[in-house]
Amino acid sequence: MAQRVLDLLTERLPHAVLESGTYVGDEMALISRDHLLEVLALLRDDPELDFAMLSDLTVVDWLGQAPRFEVVYHLYSLRHKHRIRIKVGVDQEESECWVPSATGLWHAAAWAEREAWDLYGVRFKDHPDLRRILMYEEFVGHPLRKDYPQNARQPLIRRPDAPATDDQTTRLLANSHDRRVE
Amino acid sequence: MSHQNPTFVPTVLQDAVNWAQKYSLFTYPFATACCAMEFMSTMGARYDIARFGAEFPRFSPRQADLLIVIGTITERQAPVLRRIYDQMPDPKWVMAFGVCASTGGFYQNYTVMPGADQVIPVDVYVPGCPPRPEQVLDGLMALQRRIQEHRGHVQAELGNTAAIGYRDRRHLPVLSDGTSMTLPPEERMPKDGRVR
Repeated sequence: MAQRVLDLLTERLPHAVLESGTYVGDEMALISRDHLLEVLALLRDDPELDFAMLSDLTVVDWLGQAPRFEVVYHLYSLRHKHRIRIKVGVDQEESECWVPSATGLWHAAAWAEREAWDLYGVRFKDHPDLRRILMYEEFVGHPLRKDYPQNARQPLIRRPDAPATDDQTTRLLANSHDRRVE
Repeated sequence: MSHQNPTFVPTVLQDAVNWAQKYSLFTYPFATACCAMEFMSTMGARYDIARFGAEFPRFSPRQADLLIVIGTITERQAPVLRRIYDQMPDPKWVMAFGVCASTGGFYQNYTVMPGADQVIPVDVYVPGCPPRPEQVLDGLMALQRRIQEHRGHVQAELGNTAAIGYRDRRHLPVLSDGTSMTLPPEERMPKDGRVR
């Protein structure tokens, strides 16, 4: 059913769709970042598409590949009952690790983008309030990145007589690629 | 008797105070996760924690003397738990309810704290994921025995309201089967196999 969505999308914005396909019944389109907002706006506003609901927004970390990250949008149309998955590739270079924010289109994107930033370190340009949402402000790094050291602990407090984990964590974080302090 | 032994009266009085304290535990349930369902069952009519005098949950730490840590504690929650513990008046006791509160359980990741005893002293660890109500009552009875024996971690002596320091508390936690995670190995297993 959603194949028609892909057809419409490639018909209206052929320059934006880099790749599209179907996997186990789910239609997917890979979009270039420059045209992302254009595509999302079309999907939301076109009466035949009418994706009124952003059901999920997340990130996949393909460590070792280029581009390293993939931002994934799951959209659902309440009227037509169809779904689509939109993907955007993002480089790991800090200056390039961003996508435009979808908060202007769906309010639901605000917290989802904060979560994606918190756990994967992908920035969302023009987000009104891009802060950590799950981890605490003192947290260093982004824990769901594949190169975040598995054993690193960043305790806020400990009993005076509890064994210190700070040294170990500092060492682990220093060895990882993800050592930016926000 | 008392004219022969000058410590007899205070000792008997202390025993009476301990007896009163162990049967009037006011609990503060710090419930964060699924173990809370099992705590509700323990509170309910079938298992009935009221039989042990601990039926009255106070939802203010300032009125409670038994902190029950029920569920997973994250690093972000640790300061909150610590603050709640600090707000409780002495004498006070802590029960770690379930494996997550005891050791972090099956979570070994960036966000879950490996046990509530990382930030507060714990008297009784109740294992289980979640523990059966019988296990909880077993842990509570172990705690009551410790209170009667005057072995709780912040039980002040009569006339001495100062809390014992952390260094002294460290050797006190005990599992509900009578073993302790923090005791030296030779002291871990009780000789008669019973809760001390």
